[in-house]
Amino acid sequence: MSDQKDEKKTNRRDFLFTATAAAGAVGVGAAVWPLVDQMNPDASVKALASTEVDVSSMQPGQSLTVLWRGKPVFIKRRTDDEIKKARAVDINDLKHPEKDEDRAKNPEWLVMLGICTHLGCVPLTDKGDYDGWFCPCHGSHYDTSGRIRKGPAPTNMEIPKYEFVNTNTIKIG
Amino acid sequence: MSDHEYTPSSKFGKWFNDRLPLLTLANHLTDYPTPKNLNYWWTFGGILTFCLITQIVTGLVLAMHYIAHADMAFSSVEHIMRDVNYGWLLRYVHANGASMFFLAVYIHIFRSLFYGSYKSPREIIWILGIIIYLLMMAAAFMGYVLPWGQMSFWGATVITNLFSAIPLVGESITTWLWGGYSVDNPTLTRFFTLHYLIPFLILGLVVLHIWALHVPGNNNPVGIDIKKPSKDTVPFHPYIVIKDAFALLMFCIVFAMFVFYQPNILGHADNYIEADPLVTPAHIVPEWYLLPFYAILRSVPDKLMGVVAMLSAILILAALPWLDTSKVRSAVFRPLFRQFYWILVADVLILGYVGAMPAEGLYLLIARVATAYYFAHFLIILPVLGWKEKTTPLPLSITEPVLGGSPNLAAVRSDEKIEKTIK
Repeated sequence: MSDQKDEKKTNRRDFLFTATAAAGAVGVGAAVWPLVDQMNPDASVKALASTEVDVSSMQPGQSLTVLWRGKPVFIKRRTDDEIKKARAVDINDLKHPEKDEDRAKNPEWLVMLGICTHLGCVPLTDKGDYDGWFCPCHGSHYDTSGRIRKGPAPTNMEIPKYEFVNTNTIKIG
Repeated sequence: MSDHEYTPSSKFGKWFNDRLPLLTLANHLTDYPTPKNLNYWWTFGGILTFCLITQIVTGLVLAMHYIAHADMAFSSVEHIMRDVNYGWLLRYVHANGASMFFLAVYIHIFRSLFYGSYKSPREIIWILGIIIYLLMMAAAFMGYVLPWGQMSFWGATVITNLFSAIPLVGESITTWLWGGYSVDNPTLTRFFTLHYLIPFLILGLVVLHIWALHVPGNNNPVGIDIKKPSKDTVPFHPYIVIKDAFALLMFCIVFAMFVFYQPNILGHADNYIEADPLVTPAHIVPEWYLLPFYAILRSVPDKLMGVVAMLSAILILAALPWLDTSKVRSAVFRPLFRQFYWILVADVLILGYVGAMPAEGLYLLIARVATAYYFAHFLIILPVLGWKEKTTPLPLSITEPVLGGSPNLAAVRSDEKIEKTIK
């Protein structure tokens, strides 16, 4: 090779090196993926996808915390006052603008993940500057719609997928 | 490295050494020329090796009794405390051993900062040290999760949620770390596996750390380059071995004081309550050795930027050899740096204190000022100091101040007669 084309920068051997390295990288990637993916949620974890909750005994102003997929879910039967407060807020004042109407389809019932969007603590109910929730870990204040109003949390508390199976039962997930 | 060739005296020794030169290595380690002015701050390398071995040995036996399952972990730890022979001792040594390990590593790091041990030609030693420190924090954090108490659970929740701050892929990474939708049994089992693995990775890195150290040799309190071997050095054995052993003994007294008299003072009472995913403790605090970084995390009002600031606070140390522009290593000859050094020490202690306090009002304000100062020290003060500071004259050798008979180096140097005798 060298006797003929010294100036030529790539040759057939370079092609072989690149092709071998590329095939090797694909092989290593295919071998490593199962080792990485085994850490993702397994079938038994995914199977616990939905929870049904009986809310017939709840009075206005009461709240209930249930476990869904290992996470706490707040179910709050709001009082008229709390609903009014949540709906009176000017949406432009919010860090994460969401209308209360969109968060609580049935205004009396607020169903949301009881997880502070900052670093995952469980906020305390009926506490804080906005009479909603207060996270003791790093001081995030949520209003009666579970929207972030003050503190380090970036977004409102999440609303999971849920439905009323009948008037007394909520199905989460 | 010792320049002379080593030959074992016995015939078998020679036969063996020709095939596997372990005796040459042992000879290198005992003869290793060490600066003769090393003070007690230099004994923490040996103390840290002791801490690592203690953690590995006690951890190994604890793993024979511990059960890594969300339903059984908490009671298996109580079983170790109440039923297993000497289980209380082993667990208290392991739990307090982690604190002692960090106490020693912080002294070791601040010794490097004072005497400029991170500077050329020792940058790789320093960076290996930072990696060891990061692994130590990972191991300590995961070890704290294993008893599955309230602080274990919520500490794990908060720390793993740090990853959710990463844009776009954050949520998937957190789910992947958890193996579910919250911290649960899959999280516990993988943390146990990794907690078992990391000390052995640290052990490997310690070998590299010492190997890299033995290329240029130890820095010393005067911080000047010395010839090895020379009148400025002594062999590692017996001189340094004895000094290290004495320091280790003193250290063990402190260690034993915690283990036998105050075994829970560094822990948190909430961790004797079993993990409950529905109730967050009123006040989540990490272990004391992580508090300064926790304070930095909380001082930033934005989630992503808080995480970035916390990580930068650690990673900035890896860039230290290039941020400190001064050619003089030891703070002994840097009058201005010396003052800023002690301000930094105070700053880190203040961060640690406010990290343990609620993040509000005056505490938050102090945390913010201290965080800003921490970064200013490395990014502004150190680069500028190296350029502006007028350092005092360096001695020509370790022996010079001694032979000159005067602690005033400037006076010694201006005396021509003494100058000649030294040369």
